[in-house]
Amino acid sequence: MVILELKDLCCYFGGLKAVDKFNTQIKKDELVGLIGPNGAGKTTVFNVLTGIYPPTSGEVIFRGENIGGLLSHKITQKGIVRTFQNIRIFSNLSVLDNIIIAYHFRTHYSIFSGILRDENYHREEEEMNKQAMELLRLFNLHTYYNNPAGSLPYGEQRKLEIARALATKPSLLLLDEPAAGMNPYETIKLMELVKKIKEDFQLTIFLIEHHMQFVMGICERIMVMDFGVQIAEGTPPEIQKNPKVIEAYLGEEKKDVKSS
Amino acid sequence: MTKKQLSDSINNNILTYNKLTNWKKYLFISVIILFFLFLYILSFGIQAFLQQLVNGIQLGSIYALIALGYTMIYGIIKLINFAHGDLFMFGAYISCFLGNYLIAHNFGFPFIVVLIFSMVVTALLGMSIEKIAYKPLRFKPRLAALITALGVSLFLENFFALSPENVPFPLNKIVFGPKFLPFPALIADKTYNIFGITINNIKILDIIITVILMILLQYIVKKTMIGKAMRAVAFHKDACLMMGININNIISITFGIGTSLAAAAGTLFALTYGQLQSPYLGIWPGLKAFIAAVLGGIGSIPGAMLGSYVMGISETFATSINSNFGYVIAFIILIVVLIFKPAGLLGKFTKEKV
Amino acid sequence: MKMIMNIINLIRKYYKFILITILVYLLIEILSGTTPIVPRLLTRYYIQILMFSLINIIMTVSLNLINGFTGQFSIGHAGFMCIGAYTSAYFTTILFKAAKMAYFPQLALFIFSLIMGGLIAAIAGYFIGLPTLKLKGDYLAIVTLAFGEIVRSIVRASDEIAAFLNQIGLVRFSETIDKISGPRGLSAIPALSKFWLVYVISILSVIIMRNFIYSTHGRACLSIRENEVAAETMGINTTRYKIIAFSLSAFFAGVGGGLFAHVLRFIHPDNFSFIKSIDYLIYLYAGGMGSITGSILAATGLTILPEFLRVINFQQWRMVIYPLLLIILMLRKPEGIFGNREFSFLVPKRKEVN
Repeated sequence: MVILELKDLCCYFGGLKAVDKFNTQIKKDELVGLIGPNGAGKTTVFNVLTGIYPPTSGEVIFRGENIGGLLSHKITQKGIVRTFQNIRIFSNLSVLDNIIIAYHFRTHYSIFSGILRDENYHREEEEMNKQAMELLRLFNLHTYYNNPAGSLPYGEQRKLEIARALATKPSLLLLDEPAAGMNPYETIKLMELVKKIKEDFQLTIFLIEHHMQFVMGICERIMVMDFGVQIAEGTPPEIQKNPKVIEAYLGEEKKDVKSS
Repeated sequence: MTKKQLSDSINNNILTYNKLTNWKKYLFISVIILFFLFLYILSFGIQAFLQQLVNGIQLGSIYALIALGYTMIYGIIKLINFAHGDLFMFGAYISCFLGNYLIAHNFGFPFIVVLIFSMVVTALLGMSIEKIAYKPLRFKPRLAALITALGVSLFLENFFALSPENVPFPLNKIVFGPKFLPFPALIADKTYNIFGITINNIKILDIIITVILMILLQYIVKKTMIGKAMRAVAFHKDACLMMGININNIISITFGIGTSLAAAAGTLFALTYGQLQSPYLGIWPGLKAFIAAVLGGIGSIPGAMLGSYVMGISETFATSINSNFGYVIAFIILIVVLIFKPAGLLGKFTKEKV
Repeated sequence: MKMIMNIINLIRKYYKFILITILVYLLIEILSGTTPIVPRLLTRYYIQILMFSLINIIMTVSLNLINGFTGQFSIGHAGFMCIGAYTSAYFTTILFKAAKMAYFPQLALFIFSLIMGGLIAAIAGYFIGLPTLKLKGDYLAIVTLAFGEIVRSIVRASDEIAAFLNQIGLVRFSETIDKISGPRGLSAIPALSKFWLVYVISILSVIIMRNFIYSTHGRACLSIRENEVAAETMGINTTRYKIIAFSLSAFFAGVGGGLFAHVLRFIHPDNFSFIKSIDYLIYLYAGGMGSITGSILAATGLTILPEFLRVINFQQWRMVIYPLLLIILMLRKPEGIFGNREFSFLVPKRKEVN
């Protein structure tokens, strides 16, 4: 069942065609990767998907609904969430608060309830605290729960960002370079984590990554972008052999490209 | 109409407005402005119109010199220098004292000497303030620098307003005192009458000197290496560090130029109005010039010039209708402009990279 | 029945806090000579100073809501105070003569007028919040500044507004508006701000704002401060919460203004200029943005401190030394004295979840 469809998606900034007629379909429970040289427009696709930029033209259809041009928070409330290339956690807030904030749009108690601290407030706060701690435990971050998020080591901050995204209970998770800045050991751990959360939370995952080992290791299907256009699509082995892909990354070379 | 319908229709209107091509937009705006001017002429007559126009340009010139300093300093270190208005005041007072001295000693051409001297001295003060109070906060949160700027402003105003009697030596030689001071007549006052419009030769001088200084500034910024470095630092400070540009010097120079322009404004202002009220005289002109800079797009030099003349002209027209209106017109125009152009008339938002 | 159970539970939970506040109040009462045993150490003048401190606490904590907790930059807070002051005075002095009423109706009217002042200020806050949709940072700041000045202008133009209302036939309404007598100031406001009332209201206000911050809605505001883009992508309607922050903050500023009017007993638009806004900014930054404790202590300290300096006859030097201290504070500790920290009793206990 197709969960996300991009039809002729274009995102132009004045004369610059960051994304040009991007077409794709993603089925439920797939793990799809998006790769391409720097500046290819990959993050722009994510930004359009999550409502940070409106599409110049084309459609974004999520679960049958056209979400192109909607505001970011509405899109998240419909079930698409993302992480960021440069980590955007709430550094001065505690780790637990970072997670709890993601539950905000699902809480029902009003501002007055919050001020008067009635039953609703206590009930929902307790529930959120419980769920947040469970989530942190899953990611092995529960020991840090009261520390300011900015004091965490880099790898843990990345995990926190993913955990926070999961707290919004999404159907589609967009990961923007989750393995950036990680050493080989951490990368393998992250691959295991991504596979696990996909299983446990029944997610569809769409990710951008430069780290080839990561991409080839877990993605079922890969799309390649260059200069705003999609130049190839296929399974990992197919992509590795695709001459257009090789040309995009390395230029016209006569050497063999070893897959990493 | 439901709330949603109303907000949708407002959004649609603004969207439609934005979709109009650029020249149509400008035409639309020009038509509206001309309409108001036409109304004014009808009510008050064309002589009054031209008179106020000239006065407005003169006022706008003074604002422009101050606003340029604000915009240059903001452009280069993203700081709203609240103390800028007080440097304008300082320049005026320096001119006053030097002017009195030169006249007492029968010096010929006192005006030019006074102007240049006050510009230099104020520039030195401005650069020292930067070194002492702003430089240490360069990589700290911006709000700390803002509050410091506020502190500097309050300090300058109140320090120079101390009465010399209450102040121990040697400081009592420096303070200006809270009472008003007459400004020496460095240039003989001549009034002309052209087509029924009264023009003062000093007001003409205001406009001429402003234009000269603006041309000089444009030359420095566009055609010299230093100007290029200034633009580079304003654009991306960190990259300049890596390119071997001494950003400390560039920032100091920018402060020096900006504050010297404020001093020029102060001198001209004092000469035009003939007296210095008190060391607090910099507050309101400073605020209005700041609004002018924001109106034109803060950080943009042509923007500051444009904004200042818009401010000056509209203020004189509005004051001639009703003094209360004149006071508030600046803020109203600001809000109207920001609704349609959130970055100011010529400003650009630096987009946050996501 | 449930309400009563709730209240009893609240008292049981917070008995220490309630006890301390009651004791402090009794202490102040005793020192003001209510009992025959202790001589009158706190004259009416000092009680007034205490009331001003309490009002400043309300103002500073409410400003903290916008600047400290939601990360916006508002420098027109005195505008909300002005609205609250004039609205409240309108009800007690112009519309109804509170001075001539019996005790309980008078009290009820006063509280009603305070709430009305807060509500109208909150509506203004809503309209200030709207531009946050398009304006960022410094541009938003200048709009808030403009707002403050426009409010003052409207008050100063009360005569003209009254004349206009007269012309369109709303004669009774016009007469009441005329009594606002903008540029001459509104006098003979009854001294309805009794110390105990100001004390209770300020404590309640701080509690309400603190409760707001430590709820999910407050966290939404915090997330906007921390990282607005991320907050938006986590499903938080950032514009809505910025508007909520502005409205709530404006409400309390309005209440503060109402209390202020009935302590001073005479208000004039010049009481609420941007210089007053700057006062609150200084209290806020000195105490530390994002710290309610800091706001309380800074507001109290900086309101009381000038009185000590007055005793030593440092009148003139006060405004020279203050800014100098502020500059030094910013250079040494840019986060403010308290930074992010709070007294432990203000922060809710986190239940140990296993």
